[in-house]
Amino acid sequence: MSKFPEHIAIEKSHPTAVLDWHDRFGDRTLIVDGKQIVDVITLLRDSFGYNMLVDLTAVDYFPRRPRFEVVYHFLNVDSHARLRVKVQLEESHPHIASIISLYPIADWLEREAWDMFGIKFDGHTNMKRLLLYESFEGHPLRKDYPKTKRQPLIGPQN
Amino acid sequence: MSNTDHLPTLDAAVPTYEPEFQQKEMLLNIGPAHPAMHGIIRIQTKLEGELIVESDVEIGYLHRAFEKSCEESTWNQAIIYTDRLNYVSAAINNVGYCMAVEKLLGIELPPRGQYIRTLLCEISRIGDHLTCVGASAMELGGFTVFLYMIKGREYCWELIEEYCGARVTTMATRVGGVPHDLPEGWLDKCLWVIKEVREILAECDILLTNNRIFVERMENVGLMPAEKAIAWGWTGPCLRGSGVAYDVRKDFPYLVYDQLDWEVPVGRRGDNLDRYLVRMEEMEQSCRIIEQCVAKIPGGPINCDNKRVTLPDKKDTYGNIEGLMNHFKLIMYGHGIRVPEGEVYFPVEGGNGELGFYIVSHPDEHSKDGCNDRAWRVRCRPPCLPMVACLPEIINDYMIADIVPTFGSVNMIGGELDR
Repeated sequence: MSKFPEHIAIEKSHPTAVLDWHDRFGDRTLIVDGKQIVDVITLLRDSFGYNMLVDLTAVDYFPRRPRFEVVYHFLNVDSHARLRVKVQLEESHPHIASIISLYPIADWLEREAWDMFGIKFDGHTNMKRLLLYESFEGHPLRKDYPKTKRQPLIGPQN
Repeated sequence: MSNTDHLPTLDAAVPTYEPEFQQKEMLLNIGPAHPAMHGIIRIQTKLEGELIVESDVEIGYLHRAFEKSCEESTWNQAIIYTDRLNYVSAAINNVGYCMAVEKLLGIELPPRGQYIRTLLCEISRIGDHLTCVGASAMELGGFTVFLYMIKGREYCWELIEEYCGARVTTMATRVGGVPHDLPEGWLDKCLWVIKEVREILAECDILLTNNRIFVERMENVGLMPAEKAIAWGWTGPCLRGSGVAYDVRKDFPYLVYDQLDWEVPVGRRGDNLDRYLVRMEEMEQSCRIIEQCVAKIPGGPINCDNKRVTLPDKKDTYGNIEGLMNHFKLIMYGHGIRVPEGEVYFPVEGGNGELGFYIVSHPDEHSKDGCNDRAWRVRCRPPCLPMVACLPEIINDYMIADIVPTFGSVNMIGGELDR
């Protein structure tokens, strides 16, 4: 297994950015330092033509530490290359820089990750819930959110 | 003296005040309970006269906790939730989810199983596009087209019903295969449906493509340049309408699509008319795919030969102890299909574009073999979410009446949008 070109290019300009990598099941994956995520994604977009953010989501690995992973899937529409970038986040106050300035679709996808996992995206100006309602308590896709939990009733009282 | 003389004259009845027209901006709330919003989306608009200056989209009215439910059910049980994603072409969701799990397991279907899945996908796609075009046409006044196209969709759904017993919630695949072989005479009926669909398409083409009212409301409305569409994550017929020939079936071939002869239609301007034309041509291409599948489908097994994944034949379950044990090992709670730790992303071409499943298998605290009988995380990449997120970009600066054709051409499906 040899390093892929994206990895080598990132290492050249940001030597501490890539923490780990693998290509299991043929899905090329980089695990990146959260503090340098915007620089890395800018490089991937501008030098490698990853012009589409296909998906942005998160995974909760409770009780493992670090607990959360933010997962980005990129696609180069012209050369059909795919790349997955992951960032690991600690449980207390999980937050990461927003990439709205690079991909406009990140707006809704980051709102959904906030809604479901409670991960804050710094620099996002409209960080409100996407699918659930404002008075919903908790973040339902976290592993410690029980499936049967009830929520306070909203709407007209009588 | 006539009998109307006691009435005041007409001039006196006309009011003399000057009417005052409002000049300021007006807020208008459309949906969620509005027939053109398909019941599940709310658009807040700021109007200047009839011109939309600003708009905001609110979704989530059909959220059913799909991803959470998948984490609580076994690999095969979760298929039933995928039916409800894009409920117009449910078989494609089933195939996408099962192929993602199969990628994680490292197994592949025998050719006949792959052909059956391809047939089901393309029949569903025709049904999906017929619904989209038919509903858009109805919202612009072409009710005849709607009736014709729904007739065609009904033929498609009857085929699917004959295969798996359900029209909409199909559950037409299993991890490692498909539930049944094709019923007798099904392939001939398939060809008959293709013939009927082609007649309907020809008829509706005459009714719409040269219809001045339809064309003038679709042309140059909802314009989306290619570069912007890519940055917004558009895929499927909407992206191809903007002139980008990206189709998962061609560019990341799965099933048997690379063994068949078909083409990817693209538009030029990226307006509503282009998206309509792309969908019409794609249905013709799906018909071609189905014809070739019917001609080429081989015999042989339909499920992969792996006793840890595929249920044994019923005659083995009831006839010998090995079959019975095999059956129970796959069905019993806490046993089931053991999927090793890992993460995969698998895209298929859904009715609206790239339908991707990002599936993580991760052992929980009860696991002894490092595997799990259920998913740790199932993420569905909904193909219509980027288009709906981008909706303000394609309705702002147009008239309020243009929301209807633009929203129709986006083909929002609440099931996959809100999950």
